[in-house]
Parts: sequence; structure tokens; C-alpha cells
Amino acid sequence: MSLRAAYDGVVAAVPVTVPYERYSIHGAHWWIGRALHEAVRVAGLRPRDIDGLCVSSFSLGNDTAVGLTQHFGLSPRWLDHIPMGGAAGVVGLRRAARAVQMGDADIVACVAGDTNAPDSFRRMLAGFSRFAADASYPYGAGGPNASFALLTDAYMRRYGATREDFGRICVAQRQNALSFPHALMKRPLTMEQYLAARPIADPVALFDCVMPCAGAEAFLVMREDTARAMGLPGVRVLATIERHNAFPEDPIQLRGGWAMDCGELYAMAGLTPDGIDVVQTYDDYPVIIMLQFEDLGFCAKGEAPAFVRHHDLTCGGTFPHNTSGGQLSVGQAGAAGGYLGLVEAMRQITGQALGAQVAGAKTALAAGFGMINYDRGLCSGAAILAAA
Amino acid sequence: MTQLAAFAAELLAGRIKVIDLTQTLSPEFPTIALPPEFGQCAPFRLEEISRYDSRGPAWYWNNFSCGEHTGTHFDAPIHWVSGKDLANNTTDTIPAQNFIAPACVIDCAREAAANADFVLTVAVIEAWEAKHGRIPAGNWVFLRTDWSKKSGAAYANLQADGAHTPGPDPEAVRFLVEQRDVLGFGVETIGTDAGQAHHFTPPYPAHFYMHGKGRYGLQCLANLDRLPPTGALIVSPPLKIKGGSGSPLRVLALVAS
Amino acid sequence: MTAKLPPPQRKNPLLPTRQPLLPPSSRSRTALGLTAAAAEGRFALQVCADCGAVQYPPREACHACLGANLPWREVPAGGALIAETTVRITADPYFRQRTPWRTGIVALDCGPSVVAHLHGDVVPDGRVRMTLRLDKSGQGVMLALPGQDTPDMQDDRQMREMTCDPKGRRVLVTDGRNAFGQAMARAFIDVGAAGVFVGVADAWKPFPGQDKLAGEVVPLDITDTDSVHRLAASLGGRVEILVNTALHVRPGGILDRRDTVTAREEMEATYFGPMRLAQAFGPVLRSRGADGTHPACAWVNILSAYALAPTPTFGAFAATQAAALSLAHSLRAELRPLRVVNALVGPLDDEWHQAVPPPKVAPAALAASVLRALRDGIEDLAVGDIAQDLLARWKDNPTTLARELAAG
Repeated sequence: MSLRAAYDGVVAAVPVTVPYERYSIHGAHWWIGRALHEAVRVAGLRPRDIDGLCVSSFSLGNDTAVGLTQHFGLSPRWLDHIPMGGAAGVVGLRRAARAVQMGDADIVACVAGDTNAPDSFRRMLAGFSRFAADASYPYGAGGPNASFALLTDAYMRRYGATREDFGRICVAQRQNALSFPHALMKRPLTMEQYLAARPIADPVALFDCVMPCAGAEAFLVMREDTARAMGLPGVRVLATIERHNAFPEDPIQLRGGWAMDCGELYAMAGLTPDGIDVVQTYDDYPVIIMLQFEDLGFCAKGEAPAFVRHHDLTCGGTFPHNTSGGQLSVGQAGAAGGYLGLVEAMRQITGQALGAQVAGAKTALAAGFGMINYDRGLCSGAAILAAA
Repeated sequence: MTQLAAFAAELLAGRIKVIDLTQTLSPEFPTIALPPEFGQCAPFRLEEISRYDSRGPAWYWNNFSCGEHTGTHFDAPIHWVSGKDLANNTTDTIPAQNFIAPACVIDCAREAAANADFVLTVAVIEAWEAKHGRIPAGNWVFLRTDWSKKSGAAYANLQADGAHTPGPDPEAVRFLVEQRDVLGFGVETIGTDAGQAHHFTPPYPAHFYMHGKGRYGLQCLANLDRLPPTGALIVSPPLKIKGGSGSPLRVLALVAS
Repeated sequence: MTAKLPPPQRKNPLLPTRQPLLPPSSRSRTALGLTAAAAEGRFALQVCADCGAVQYPPREACHACLGANLPWREVPAGGALIAETTVRITADPYFRQRTPWRTGIVALDCGPSVVAHLHGDVVPDGRVRMTLRLDKSGQGVMLALPGQDTPDMQDDRQMREMTCDPKGRRVLVTDGRNAFGQAMARAFIDVGAAGVFVGVADAWKPFPGQDKLAGEVVPLDITDTDSVHRLAASLGGRVEILVNTALHVRPGGILDRRDTVTAREEMEATYFGPMRLAQAFGPVLRSRGADGTHPACAWVNILSAYALAPTPTFGAFAATQAAALSLAHSLRAELRPLRVVNALVGPLDDEWHQAVPPPKVAPAALAASVLRALRDGIEDLAVGDIAQDLLARWKDNPTTLARELAAG
């Protein structure tokens, strides 16, 4: 397989976060509208300057990106709707980058947002997918907690990971979150608290779970010269991958789609894992972080437990990881959770961190993972970014 | 004062008593038991149409169903094959004049208590006449057995060889019809015939001879113990069912006090 | 090991009754193939007719070759438990009442991995036997059983959500006047039912077997609305399984009969009777569908297999059975979470089938089949060789079956 063309001359800029709320009386349209408004405000653009739009959301009802164009008064010449949950950010970025690179659009706004009401998560789960409705939700209706509990259980049996290993990840992320202004979880977390937490779906306990909330994230993709002209710090897209329904023959998911494409990712970027300054994994549950450490080449298969024992994952540590606190501490605002790490990576390597800044960070890897359609996450993606 | 006015005055004054000879129509009341491969007389059934509810907010009413021979009922001559070709043999064509008539009540309660298969014979009738006078033509003859005081299984009294209940023998029926010209024959049991009357010759003589001569039957009567041997006036009009072989009915007796 | 379930305790009258909630019931049409298989106690999955790949979850196209012909076939039920969890927190009201709830992923020997409910005796990394069961919403679900039977395994809490074990439950057998009702009553007593009530209509009419009748006789005539309602008023809240054994079989086609009297009687007994029972007993049984350790759980209909297609010599009767079967299907929707069990029987070994050659269904055999169905959570069963043959032909082609029966 030949390497794909590089995303030369394209940058992502203007990382936007609309501060999260546990519950919101506003709809997803409101949250997405806030994010777009903030993006054009920061960039100094008029709304009609946006000629490309890429949207991800679970809670738009019957609307898609098409309906949003009229809702927001936009007339884009390039439009995409990416229903890929946790992989939405990476996938949105790589498609928008290619569109801008090829001239299909000049300025693409990539946005993800969702609202959250007290019963909306249950209703979303009950109708999440056909396979879920037919073959997983009726089994205890545990939702992603139960699905990831099964993956966690299998991973622990297979590779000897302990609860404490997962706890190291969660405790470090909480430490990172303490300085991130938008994190919903603001109290420190100790290993003792982690281990003593209320069990949710064994072996998953409270601090392994993300908290559903309302929020939105966005960024703009444009030509590098456009960004420079507007004085906007941007990040170059060195490499991206996406993969869906990888390894369908595996009886249970102990590896993600990254493992299929990892070599190409680094080859295209011209880097090795050692060359990554900041890593933002998709962190709806810590077991998936371990899969990413392995499948994205930071350690060998099955060695993530040892890896986390031997690294400090905080912003100032040996392996700065999920520097905003990740979804585990910031909250999971639906599809915006798939943007959180990417937006944070943009901030870190452009020196715009809202919380702790990783010193000298110039390269970042942001990964995405999403859509437990039945028994495993189907979508995976990753992007390697570098400061422009 | 006309005769009827005098009658009405006596009635209003309570000097003429009205006695109800009817069993309550209810689902549990036994019906004639025939071998199951034969057609069966439907038991009484009640289905509520509405009861001051969404089906009818201010009214209560029912549909009911039953056979023509369910509960206290009237047998018309057409009921039996021997009466099938007679004139005015159905419930709608029987002259209304016949629905009010006097009754002679032959008390065989003691005998029936002693013997469920008690059979009314000519001798018994003659003994009764010796005491109470000759049975006048056009009268009902009621066989009092106090069977109506029984209920359920005792009332039906079904054994492995069929029902065991009292009734007339063939000669007694012929005697009443041919010698006394009675209007009909009434009983407290489920049939005018004895429970074992299918072994008589002819089988079911009360049905055979009474209906063969255009006479009527009343079955499942009650309160016969409250009637005098003679002098009670019986009101027994069946429903005017077109071509009907009989019908459940209210049977009343007027008795001078 | 499964803890033996103690007999039901008397209910604390001050505590509200647990509501009969249902687990999530939404399914694709294709997934209802699981339900159909579960209803018959078969472990069947889609198998690609082109390449033989076993499919799960249910699909519209083969995951291996995109073939569209995916018939449901019985497949080997063995597998290994490769992951498990105990759900302690759920937003679903049904499961919230029942947490902790144990589920797992089983790698089936025949290929797919399935998310499954776990019997309590299933151990991590152990071999399991997969079964398809009906859950309280009436949908087919995977239940993993231990590789070998274990003591008292019927008493497993999760498994009991998918079965109707009569042990400790009270049963109403609606008609004790016939040998089938009598055998049924005896069988329930023998397996430890907490009480067996036996309906007897027309108590004034003696009947064979009266002297040996097992169970507590109660007056019940399902052709009499008042009788049904009166019994429901006194007994409705004390019955967990209702078995309608009222039979009214009379030979004869349409023309032989010359009238509709007998047909009306048949309809009264076999169609209006169950309707009366449902209207009188259904609401209270349904309301007790999650009550205590031995909730109301099953409604059993004994129906002729000729409900599927008539044999002309019993043509009028068969029509009433078709009506009753249709009624039973509607009841399934209305009585949830109760199981509506339809036992389709071949010719019964009774006085109404004297001219019918064997094989015929004996009372004890019918009772044994119904008991097995209740314990295994089966909802559709065919009892006897004739019924099974009719069902197989009906599944093959219902029109052909009607034609071949009409041809005599």
C-alpha cells in the first residue's frame, strides 16, 4: 500500500470549547451555534466566510448538517456529517484538511456538540444502533459502562492488568484537570478513592466512567497562508488514519483499528512514537487508553499496564497524556468528546493551553475511538499534529 | 260491580295471594342432561352490555341467552314429535285463553322423598280424586314432589344410569289426557317425565301423550307446596316466540286466602 | 452453586407491589427470528446459505460473503465465556429493580461472539451451553448455562426471569371435568406447586375421575361470564399460573352439522371462554407479574394443532381453534410480562377421537409437555407426533398443508 499524499499547506486553527454543563435546557443546535459563534469571533470572520461545514452530534433529533446550514444561515459549498462519536474529531479533521487542500473549500468549520438532559442518555442508548437494540442493550441495559466492563474484564484476564493500573491513568488525568478551567470534575482524586469507588459494572467503577454532559468543541481548517494572514496560530496535519470494524474475527476487542494503520501513521508523519510530545487518547474508559498505548506503538501488546506503572502521565510527567483531564475529568459532551483531545492537542502545541502547558510541546498525537455498535468500538482514528 | 272489578278488589285487598312458581333463571340452574353427542339445551347466560360506565353511562342492561327449555319453562305441543302436526302447537299460536287456567295439585312429596324414582299412577290419581273430587276438564295437573327444594346435584340426581327423578307412568298420562281432558301437566323436576322415562313404553310418555293431544307442559316449577289441592288459578304465558317449542316464563298462581 | 429458592413468603400487605416492568423490547424484524426460536426452545441463528457463516447479531447480509439468503438454523450451542460483568447501575427501570445483573460475552464454537445473560453457575473462562430464552418482554435473548447441570439450577435468580417453574407457585387448572385437566392438576402437585385449584363446571353433573380429582375444587364454568368473574374475585390474586384445560371437541365438518348450535358451544368454550378468563384474570395476573419471589408468570392454552389448518372431519372445531390461537397471540402482547404458552396438541386420546387412529395424546403426556415447557421457558410447543408433523408441514408451507388436509 502506498503512502497517501500529505496534507501540505493546510492548518487547523482556532480551538474552541464551549464550557460544559452537566445538564442543559438548550438543544444541541444551541451548543453547536455557540461553538461556531465563538470560532468566527476568535478568527475575526463573518459567518458567511465559512464555506465548509463538518458536523457531529447525537442529539440533533431529525436534523443533520444540512438542516444546520439553514438554522445558522450558512451557505457552504462543502458539507459533511460525521456520525462517528469518539472518532469524529480526527475524521472531521482529515476530511476537512483534504477538502481545503484540494480547493473544495477555503475555511471549514469542524464542530461537534451535544446537549444532555436527565433522561436523554438512557433514551439515546436504547436506540443507539440496530445491533445494540437487538443484541446488547437488552442484556442489563448497562450501556457503554457494561460494554467496556466486558472489554476491561477480558483485557485484565488476558494481560494481567489490575484495577490499580487503570487507576494510575484516572488519577493522573484528574491531576491534569485541576488546572483546566472547563473540567466538570474539580476535586483531586487519590488512588484510594479510585479503588474504593462505587462499582458500576464490574470491574468498571465510578471513576472509570465518563460523565455525560452538554458541551461543544470546534476548530477551523484553512490554508496555512490564510491562517498566517489572519494572525491565527495553526497546526499542521502530519498524518492521519481512520479504520472501521477492524479485526472483525477477534472474538473480543483486545486491539483497535490503530493496530492496522499504525505503521502508515508514523511513516506519513516521518516520526516515531518517541517524537510525540503530547498524547491525547480517547478515554471513555481507561482500558481503551491501554489499547491505544499499545496499538499506537508506545508499548508492545499487553504491556500497557507496565507502561503506566513506569510513566508519569501528568502534564509535567514523563509521558504527558490527556492534558486537559480528558473526558474522564472534563465530562463527555456526546460527540464533542471526540473533539476534546484534538482541540487540546492544538492548544498544547500552539502554546495556548487553558490549563497546564506541557513545556516545549511541538508535536502531538490525538486519537479517536467510537461507536460501540454491538460488542466493540467500530471506529478508530489518529492524527499527528505539529506546530505550524 | 263487574266480575273483574271484584277480582281486582280482592287482589288489592290481599285476599287473593299471588304465589310465584318460578325458579330464578341463573347460569348454575341445571338443564336437561342428554348424551353429549346430541344437541344440547343452552344453559342460561347473562352478558353485561353496560353498567353506568363507559359502555353506557346512565344505564345497566344485559344480553341473555338460553334454550327454550331452560329454567322454569313451558312446553308447547310441537316440542314432541307426536305433536308436530297439530294446529296451534307453537308458542306464538297457542290460544292466549289457555295461558290462564286452574290447577289441581297432587301431593306426592312424601313418596318422592322416599323414592326418587316414584311414579305417578292412575291409582294415585284416583285416590286423590276420592279426596278432592274429579279433576275438571281444562285444568292443569301439577305433581307436587317438593323436588324444587333440592338444588345442584341432588336436584339433577344424575347417576351412572341417568337421572332419577319422579314422574308419571304412561297410563297415568293417558288417563289425564283421555279421561280427564287436562290442559297440561306440570312438575318441579327438569322434565315432565320421570328421570328414567326413556325406559318406559312409549319413552317419555308425558311428552308423547300430552303433546300428542295438544296439551302443554310446565317444568321446574317451585312453591307447589303453597298451593291448595284445588282452586289455584295459574297464569303461565310463554314468550311469543315464532314457531317456538316452548319458552322460559314466569309462572304465577292466584290463590284465595 | 445456585442457592435453593425458599418457598414464597406471605406478602407484607403494607408494602407496595413491585410493578411488572419490562426489559427493553425494541427489536428489528430480523431479530425476531431469535424470539421465534426461543419460543420453541431451539438454539438457532442465521446461517449463510451461500458460505455457511453463522451470523450474530441478526443481519440482512452475510458478514463473510454479503449473501442475502440467511435462513435460521439450529447451530451448536457450546461456547466459552471470555468476558463477564455484573451490572450494578443501569438507567433502565426493569434492570434497575434487578441489579446486580450478570452478563458476559460468549465465544460460540460455531463462530460469533454473543452478549448473553449468565446463569449464576457459569464460571469465568468456563465452557457454557447457550440457550435462547424469552425475557419478560417476550423477546428472545441469549442465556448461558453452565457446561453441566448443577444442583437446583432452576432456582437461579436470572434464569427465573426467563422460566416459569411451577414449584412454589399456585396454579389454576380451569377444567377438571376432563382427564387432561385432571392429569394436569396431578402433575402440578407432583412437581411442588404451592397450590392447585381445579375448576369444575356444572357440579351437579357427575363426571369420570371426580372421586380421584387432585387439587382444590373451585366452581368455574368458562362459558359463564359471571362464574369466571366470581372466581377471579376470590382467586385472581392467588394464582401465578393459569392453565386453560377447557376442551370442547366435537367431530364434524360444516355441512354435517346442519346448524350452528354445536359450533356456538365450541366457540363459547374455546374462544369466548379464554376471552372471559383473560378479562377476569388477566389484569390481576399481569399486575402481579413481578410480585415477590414467585410472581405470576404464565398463561397456558391447550389448543388443537388443527388451529394451523383444519382437518375437514373436525372442520367446525378447527375453526374455533384458529380463533383461539389468534386470541392467544393477541394476549401475548397484552399480558406481558406473563408468558402465554400455546400447547398445540394432536388428536387427544379421548371419547371424541374414537375413530381417529393412533398416535393420540394421552393426558399424562400432555401434562408432562406443559410442565417441561414452563420450566424451560418455552412458549410454543407441539405435543405429540401428529402435532409436530402438522407444525413441520405448516412451517414448510401453510397453503400446502391446508390443501393436503382438505384432500383427506
